[in-house]
Amino acid sequence: MDSNWQLFIDSLWPLAKGAITATIPLALISFALGLVIALVIALMRISKNPVLSGIARVYISIIRGTPLLVQLFVIFYGMPSLGITIDPWPSAIIAFSLNIGGYAAEIIRAAILSVPAGQWEAGYTLGMSRTRSLYRLILPQATRVAIPPLSNSFISLVKDTSLASTILVTEMFRKAQEITASTYEFMLLYCEAAAIYWVICLLLSALQNSVEGRLEKYVAK
Amino acid sequence: MSQNSSTLLSVTGLHKAFGENQVLKGIDFSVRSGEVVALIGPSGSGKTTALRCLNGLEIADAGTVAFRGGPQVSFDAKTKAKQAQILRERSAMVFQGHHLFPHLTVLQNVTIGPIEVQKRPRSQVLEEARKLLDRVGLGAKADAYPNSLSGGQQQRVGIVRALMQQPDLLLFDEPTSALDPELVGEVLSVIKELAQEGWSMVLVTHELAFARDVADTVVFMDGGVVVESGAADQVLSTPANPRTQAFVQRLLHPF
Repeated sequence: MDSNWQLFIDSLWPLAKGAITATIPLALISFALGLVIALVIALMRISKNPVLSGIARVYISIIRGTPLLVQLFVIFYGMPSLGITIDPWPSAIIAFSLNIGGYAAEIIRAAILSVPAGQWEAGYTLGMSRTRSLYRLILPQATRVAIPPLSNSFISLVKDTSLASTILVTEMFRKAQEITASTYEFMLLYCEAAAIYWVICLLLSALQNSVEGRLEKYVAK
Repeated sequence: MSQNSSTLLSVTGLHKAFGENQVLKGIDFSVRSGEVVALIGPSGSGKTTALRCLNGLEIADAGTVAFRGGPQVSFDAKTKAKQAQILRERSAMVFQGHHLFPHLTVLQNVTIGPIEVQKRPRSQVLEEARKLLDRVGLGAKADAYPNSLSGGQQQRVGIVRALMQQPDLLLFDEPTSALDPELVGEVLSVIKELAQEGWSMVLVTHELAFARDVADTVVFMDGGVVVESGAADQVLSTPANPRTQAFVQRLLHPF
């Protein structure tokens, strides 16, 4: 029992380091890029241009219709056969951002559509263009609506980064696997990793609540 | 339609259909400088649609709208966005549901247009806004958010937002219809003051008593056409057309 406790303590820092240097940055970078992609896709999807909205529709359909693990493998193990070899880290970031781009696009689209049409009209009547109305009036209000579902996406992403272990990214879960390779303490190490994921997600949920509270006034009634 | 020097706005032959539903079937009317025109009529008569065409919020299928000194906007052409823009430079809209921006303070709501779109000097715009907010009794609410105001206060902010555009013509789309009855008066009295100051306005309203009090001219619409128009007192007190008579009777004696 003592040696288990000792292993738990000894593993804490390597795992935390994996979280700090890989899991969290991987999630943050991918989510930021993913949101940019999502905004573009959402606007294409809303656009009256049938080509743009068609492309967006197909993109979202493919992303949501295929497993994230398969998307990772296509990029890391599949692309080299087309002559494109991408390192583990960039592969992971590409796959995760494309994935978030598809899911968050639907969230952002719904949030934009939830803002009453009168808000657009009020912007137009002040002489604003569609673009200016969008970023000065509609997006700030849509943000408040989108925060809860986007937070869910981000929390999912934090956990999904563990899939990057399968393409050789040494994030927290791969660290745990490495330690089990010499100690055979699967239960202990995997539960310890799970606990750290859980703590991160608890912190994120708290953050979500405080952001939501602060954006309360942004909702049209 | 005679276009004499005092004519601020002339509207001719306005047609608009939503799908199969022909809402406007050739609307003509004009507004002189300083004139208050009330558009009245049963719901579905097209009065709100006609008003929205004046601000380019609806693009009519045919017809023209021309402001004095401005180009005649003809709705047959293809350059819709540009035409709407021309109209919006001359008129400002007060909506039934106020449509204030909930993420901006009262002061930001009424200054965002002049500062960001019209590019007028910021300090001057802010000063003017504070003065107008004071005038409608909301000087103390400049830094409040719209959701913390009553419906009547929100609509008064909506009016200030329109005034801040420095339009030639104010458009009101049933400005009191969404309000609780006890809040109607505070909004109507602001509109009345503006009318007395000489603002030109077109007002879609169900408040016939108010129309009689404030409007110079009443235009009665039904079924997408102008049935009767003339001096407010005459149209509302001794309407010539039987449809106008029936409508006025219904509103004055609902049961």
